[in-house]
Amino acid sequence: MRMLQLAYANLKEHFLSTILSVMLLGIGVGMVSFIVTVSEQLNDRFNRDIRGIDMVVGAKGSPLQLILSAVYQIDNPTGNISLAEANKLKRHPLIKYSIPLSYGDSYKGFRIVGTDSLYLSHYKTTFADGDVWNRSMDVVLGSSVAEKLNLKLGAHFHGNHGFDDGGHAHEEAHYNVVGILEPTGTVADRLILTATESVWDIHNHSDEEHDHDHDHATCDHDHAEDAPSEITALLVKFKSPMGIMQLPRMVNEKTSMQAALPAIEINRLYSLMGVGFTTLQIIGMVIMCIAALSVFISLLNSLKERKYELALMRSLGASPFKLFGLIVQESLLLCLAGYALGIILGRVGIMLLSSFGEDQFQFSVSQSGIADVEIWLLPLTLCIGLIAALIPAIRAYKSDISSILRNE
Amino acid sequence: MFPDLNVGKNEALLVLGNSGTGKTTLLHLLAGLMDPAGGSIELDGTVLSTLKGSARDHFRGQHIGLVFQQSQFIRSISVLENLQLARLLAGLGKDDAFVESLLSELGISERKQAKPNELSIGERQRAAIARALVTKPKIVLADEPTSALDDENCEAVAALFERTVTGHGAALVIVTHDQRLKNRFQNSVSI
Repeated sequence: MRMLQLAYANLKEHFLSTILSVMLLGIGVGMVSFIVTVSEQLNDRFNRDIRGIDMVVGAKGSPLQLILSAVYQIDNPTGNISLAEANKLKRHPLIKYSIPLSYGDSYKGFRIVGTDSLYLSHYKTTFADGDVWNRSMDVVLGSSVAEKLNLKLGAHFHGNHGFDDGGHAHEEAHYNVVGILEPTGTVADRLILTATESVWDIHNHSDEEHDHDHDHATCDHDHAEDAPSEITALLVKFKSPMGIMQLPRMVNEKTSMQAALPAIEINRLYSLMGVGFTTLQIIGMVIMCIAALSVFISLLNSLKERKYELALMRSLGASPFKLFGLIVQESLLLCLAGYALGIILGRVGIMLLSSFGEDQFQFSVSQSGIADVEIWLLPLTLCIGLIAALIPAIRAYKSDISSILRNE
Repeated sequence: MFPDLNVGKNEALLVLGNSGTGKTTLLHLLAGLMDPAGGSIELDGTVLSTLKGSARDHFRGQHIGLVFQQSQFIRSISVLENLQLARLLAGLGKDDAFVESLLSELGISERKQAKPNELSIGERQRAAIARALVTKPKIVLADEPTSALDDENCEAVAALFERTVTGHGAALVIVTHDQRLKNRFQNSVSI
């Protein structure tokens, strides 16, 4: 018989209040763990995709929409820009390099992006199989695309107009898979990459030989329909910080294009999302505080019920410090159980979000190993247990055993 | 004011007194649960009032066995675990053989895994005696052990107390208002 066994037996004896406290703590820990993990991974993912891109140039419209569509490929483009104007900008002495993007088609939900090989080197991609495109209609698949669609080297497929499966199929020409990328943890994993010419060719081909059975004028997106005179966006890397001082203003004021700065737009997005994340985190913390109160009330009630038992233990030779330790152990056991439940709930939440996010936004949250938040939540939970136990434990410590035994 | 009381090894002392005469106070003084305003309590050469705090708790756990009126136990654990806990709290090591033999001697070994609230009144009383003896104390102090019993059971319990406690080489002090025990013990004092 050990004191820890006794603490466990006492908790079992008060099963309902124990379960209530454990569940409250579990929900609080689970919420905080879930929110922190998701926001960290979202931030990480956003930062990885945006690294090295100083400016995005596209059609006028919402700058955030331009960033979301051109960099993260999760929104519709704001429109197309003139290739001539884009090429003129590319030659600006403050620009180190720029990457053209033409998009608007997809295959089974994965976007087809026309670009050049700079895009591959920008995201530091390596090939798992095959090589980069040599001619129009050759494509390189991101690792997730190849895995999800089970496409191998040499496979052919027809792209769809638009980003949904329901769009018109470009059956007049097919794409050939010539390369498959290794996972990079960036947006490149989720894209079908091809030469810009492929996008121009397929739409020229469409215009010449095939009448689309949909109306482009009413389509909710634009792409390089009038190629080769247009592209959708341009990702820009400056040569020096001077670029940020001059180029965005110049583009916005002197061209028909729009320049958006990813750092500013993403900070704006973070601050919008941050309100939600912070609110949820606060709710999680409040639940943890309520749980602490529940543990406190549970221990205090149990102490009232068990005051004779505790006095009995003193009469059997237990020191006041031993009783103090027993109450603290009970509280810590409760909190450990709540912590364990919370970690399980958090991970289940992440699994659910991962499968939902994968289907809806191609954004997956993964959790392998122990997350930082799970590590710091443990001492935090135990501290809550310690604080909740303090008053009941001091009461047990100070109890007058003679009068308790006499009044029983 | 209490009279001078002496009880030796293997001896039993009955302290008789009506309600309000301070019987329980006397028992708590003897157990070191209270400090006397005057006089002293000595057990095997140790004056209880010289021991403070944890030292006194430790001394009580190792040398004094207590049986309370209601035969209270820790409800969340079994009879056997209650006995093991008493040894643990007294700072004594495990002695399963002794615990088993004690339970067997008191006829409750088959009920050792039962929770205290599953025991009959008689079984609880036997278990309380077993717990008082599990630390091999020098003295066992019992508070009103027979008040709630009929004549037949009163005699049986008194005999059991005397036989078991003195049989284990301890002294026995019973504090009660139960006049039926007056002629049961040779060594008795009224307060």
